[in-house]
Amino acid sequence: MATVLAPPVSESGFSFENCKRNAELIKKGFPAPKATKTGTTIVGIIYRDGVILGADTRATEDTTVSDKNCMKIHYLAPNMYCCGAGTAADTEKTNAMIASQLELHRLNTNRIVPVATANQMLKQYLFRYQGYIGAALILGGVDNTGPHIYSIYPHGSTDKLPYTTMGSGSLAAMAVFESRWHKDLSEEEGKQLVRDAIAAGIFNDLGSGSNVDLCIIRKGSVDFLRTYDEANKKGVRQASYRYPKGTTAILTTKTKNIVVEELSVRQIEAMDVSS
Amino acid sequence: MDYVNDWMNAAESTGTSIMAAEFADGVIIGADSRTTTGAYIANRVTDKLTKVTDHIYCCRSGSAADTQAIADVVSYHLNFHAMELGEQPLVETGAAVFRELCYNYRDSLMAGILVAGWDRKKGGQVYSIPIGGMCVRQAVSIGGSGSSYVYGYVDANYKTGMSKEECVNFVINTLSLAMARDGSSGGVVRIGVITSEGVERRVVLGTELPKFYEG
Repeated sequence: MATVLAPPVSESGFSFENCKRNAELIKKGFPAPKATKTGTTIVGIIYRDGVILGADTRATEDTTVSDKNCMKIHYLAPNMYCCGAGTAADTEKTNAMIASQLELHRLNTNRIVPVATANQMLKQYLFRYQGYIGAALILGGVDNTGPHIYSIYPHGSTDKLPYTTMGSGSLAAMAVFESRWHKDLSEEEGKQLVRDAIAAGIFNDLGSGSNVDLCIIRKGSVDFLRTYDEANKKGVRQASYRYPKGTTAILTTKTKNIVVEELSVRQIEAMDVSS
Repeated sequence: MDYVNDWMNAAESTGTSIMAAEFADGVIIGADSRTTTGAYIANRVTDKLTKVTDHIYCCRSGSAADTQAIADVVSYHLNFHAMELGEQPLVETGAAVFRELCYNYRDSLMAGILVAGWDRKKGGQVYSIPIGGMCVRQAVSIGGSGSSYVYGYVDANYKTGMSKEECVNFVINTLSLAMARDGSSGGVVRIGVITSEGVERRVVLGTELPKFYEG
């Protein structure tokens, strides 16, 4: 019996009722709804004393922008963050599940978890689902062996690189990195480079837009800079462009009264307010 | 979803040129460094020569996800085997573990692997495991999409019992020719020299590759 002290335990596992509904819709000749995908620009670089992750903030459903300021840089561990592109629900849940496992691992070992461990857990998880979990990730972090950036593809392959980009805006962002990245970037230079790479995605890719989020991870400290830059700042209106009253001249005026054809009065019982 | 590129659906794949060749004191392994998703180069400095044990390496071609997963599993099995055995596993054993996985999961994998290494029993060895999961020992073996352009070159120029530098040059030349003709191979040439001493890694930059007839 469910009480306040013992609430009912919700059923665990996946719910497939929407699959049934979608099959029904298709049978009746309607298109099934599509999953929210983040046409995205996400990037990661290694600089002199750590890593910098960057992301845009647009989420899309087909051609509609469904969220103008969403978060694509997710928390993984105190020394690790992870950018997600692809199916929004998948990137969010994948990161949350791995974050939970990493925290338990950190508590068990009482050590800073290596970035390679998170990479291995993510790639094995994604490989198990053969690409059906549509998560394309950039994992960045600093551990006892130094700074690391990994790019992880939905099918479970990974690359270890000093700078990387992903998502539909990856080509625009990679062009910026290929011309300007070098090892030994300072933090200010690194932030500027990542901002410019994300801005390249925002301006040249239809799937990316809105603001720039940054995350700087150094040894022992993290700066999460939500809305580091607004790429498309709205201008301020310089004057009022409203027409003043009386701009349109009144030529004639005619008043017509409403003719009442029928009148009915309904008696309503007073509400019972006695407690 | 027209404007989102096919990178979401296309599996990351190593359209590749890889090779392994036995020489007097061991084996030379080599690979290009290009990883592609569709027409986009996802990584231009990939390392397709993956360590399995101290003396056994593999050259990966096919799906990056599949071959990385296989290499991880084989690496686990062989290191476990090494602990139980108390000595380094044979290259033949390594190749057998690769074959077991590649054959049993042949319907769901896309992986063409060359296993190469050195052991005390048979010295330098090369085993080729193409897509169906067959395993065969060869003195020299090439793989990946770029290999079809250079079978003739390999047959004409490979000799048994070459010296180390002679064999390294042979591998670099073969891969350079393959990379020049195959669009999905390119970048730098990565080399590994496996002998009783262990592994010596080398890189030949794209600008330092030998040049041949370019029309």
